[in-house]
Amino acid sequence: MTATSAPARARVTDREGLLARLMLLPAIVYILALVAIPFVVAIAYSFSDVTAGDPSFDWVGLENYRANLDDPVFTRSLWNTFFFTAATMVLTVVFANIVALLLTTDFRGKWFVRFLILLPWTTPAALGAIAWLFMLDSLLSPIDWILWQIGLLEEPRHVVWLGNSGWAKASVIGVQVWRLVPLAAVIIMAGQTSIPDDIKDAAAIDGAGFWRRLWEVTLPLTLPVIAIAVLFGSILTFTDMSLVSVLTNGGPVNQTQVLASWAYVRGIDGGNLAQGAAVAVFLLPLLLAATIAILRAVRRWEVG
Amino acid sequence: MADAVAVETVGLTKLFPGGDRPAVDKVDLATEQGEYLVLLGPSGCGKTTLLRMIAGLEQPTDGEVRIGGDVVNGLPPRARRIAMVFQSYALYPHKTVRQNIEFPLKAEKIPADKRRERAAWAADLLGIAGLLDRRPRQLSGGERQRVALARALVREPSVFLLDEPLSNLDAKLRAVARDDLKDFHKEVGTTTIYVTHDQVEAMGMGDRIVVMLDGQVRQVGPPQAVYERPADTFVATFLGSPPMNLVPRDDVIVGFRPEKALPADVLGERLDGHTRWSLDVNRIEYLSGDRHLHGLATGLGKPTPVIVRLPATVLTPIEAGTTYEFVVRETDLRYFDSETERAREDPS
Repeated sequence: MTATSAPARARVTDREGLLARLMLLPAIVYILALVAIPFVVAIAYSFSDVTAGDPSFDWVGLENYRANLDDPVFTRSLWNTFFFTAATMVLTVVFANIVALLLTTDFRGKWFVRFLILLPWTTPAALGAIAWLFMLDSLLSPIDWILWQIGLLEEPRHVVWLGNSGWAKASVIGVQVWRLVPLAAVIIMAGQTSIPDDIKDAAAIDGAGFWRRLWEVTLPLTLPVIAIAVLFGSILTFTDMSLVSVLTNGGPVNQTQVLASWAYVRGIDGGNLAQGAAVAVFLLPLLLAATIAILRAVRRWEVG
Repeated sequence: MADAVAVETVGLTKLFPGGDRPAVDKVDLATEQGEYLVLLGPSGCGKTTLLRMIAGLEQPTDGEVRIGGDVVNGLPPRARRIAMVFQSYALYPHKTVRQNIEFPLKAEKIPADKRRERAAWAADLLGIAGLLDRRPRQLSGGERQRVALARALVREPSVFLLDEPLSNLDAKLRAVARDDLKDFHKEVGTTTIYVTHDQVEAMGMGDRIVVMLDGQVRQVGPPQAVYERPADTFVATFLGSPPMNLVPRDDVIVGFRPEKALPADVLGERLDGHTRWSLDVNRIEYLSGDRHLHGLATGLGKPTPVIVRLPATVLTPIEAGTTYEFVVRETDLRYFDSETERAREDPS
């Protein structure tokens, strides 16, 4: 284009209102098609008798919910979902803080350790779970061998990691913590490095030792970012089905079933779409609460 | 303490990894008990690094730090009986003023009732007793500074280290805070090391001034001595506003303060002991009653641009574009070696 071209005219790129709508459109279509519509359909299904074999829609009211509440596997799944999420988040926060503290101190080869610690995060969830399936194998587990080598197991015998209710739950929680710690550690690390150096120096001058600095300065000042990490981690844990499906498939005898995996077993594997949908709807209250919390936090950032 | 030396550094050196020259280069200093010592220099001269080594926040590459006669190298800050006030004040944002002030005492495991008592005493002394339940973000800059001072004071340290504590205040508040700091020092009488890049603060507050450049101490002395007898051309031009005029002559540099020059006719016939020269005035600035004359000086050495400050009491009419006869008393002339730029006694 030359300087002496046609009279000045607003181009599409000048019209910010139109441009904004155009650019938002793909995201809105995506959310409507893949989130909103399935969500409405799931809620509708949960009040119906739709199955994979008979997709005709008949209203049954709260029948599916009543059936679920009478089902011991469902109540166990509900309890497990909350228990796994809570236990995972407590352990994640503890370990992520330790990792973040380690990563913010200076030592040789720091970048390599950082890289190693971030690896679980970059691994696809299913792949990570499959790797752990091998680690926790009842015959080939390297963990058993290590425990025996360092003398924690009396003889080269095998812990049935995934076949025993207690160990299976611990394994699910442990692997979930392994997956979430890197992300949480990075978030917390960002929080720790944003504490002004002067404040850390002042604490050293004021005579605070490591623990006092941790409890009275570092943790209170990183609390907002820890809360964010917990929020994201909770959502990831609460709605995750891949880990349980791959690692234990809900077993032994549905002892480690969670809402997401049970909804899948019921609705897809079992073909009872209506009942599966009713299971999944129980995820809604916590997710709603988490969403509101996130939106409020975001608004506070915008105002602050 | 009977010991006259509160803080001493011997050959103190800091070389940061990757640095091509030391940030602090073999500094020997000794403060006297109760003294107000000001470290003055442009940014990057090493004054803050020196302070941080005394505090124990940086480990020296070489040399010793002694506090109260004991070598404290390797001791953590808390074992050095020092207190520090930071440029940003570094108050704990999540703690109330009271909790901020009590924090150092808590770290010393002093019982709660005793802590409250001491915090109240420190808050009283600094006039912030009414703010004890507020949080730092609810305070003004001046109030934050007082809280930082109270937090430093409450442990009754043997040395106060202040790192540019006034630079975050606006100009008006700074003047008030400067007086307050001086009064505070008079009251508690604790040895204080004060870092600043502001010569006005240094001249106004210091018992002695340490002028630093490139990690080295250029001169130590009382404000008046440093101002009137600068050890080298850097000190001569860093202190004073406008700075000392420097005129090259053969192998020597002749220096005089802008306020030491007067028009020759002010003195009439009494010109004994004065050096005469002429000033080709090209610009006049009128600043708070004084006239600042910018012009070219001839007759002192090589013709050189200089600034002369005529006090409001000198009424001689001066106009830009005209040349006037000026005099400087010979005892007010300073000489520097043109090679080393260090002061020397006489021109020859």
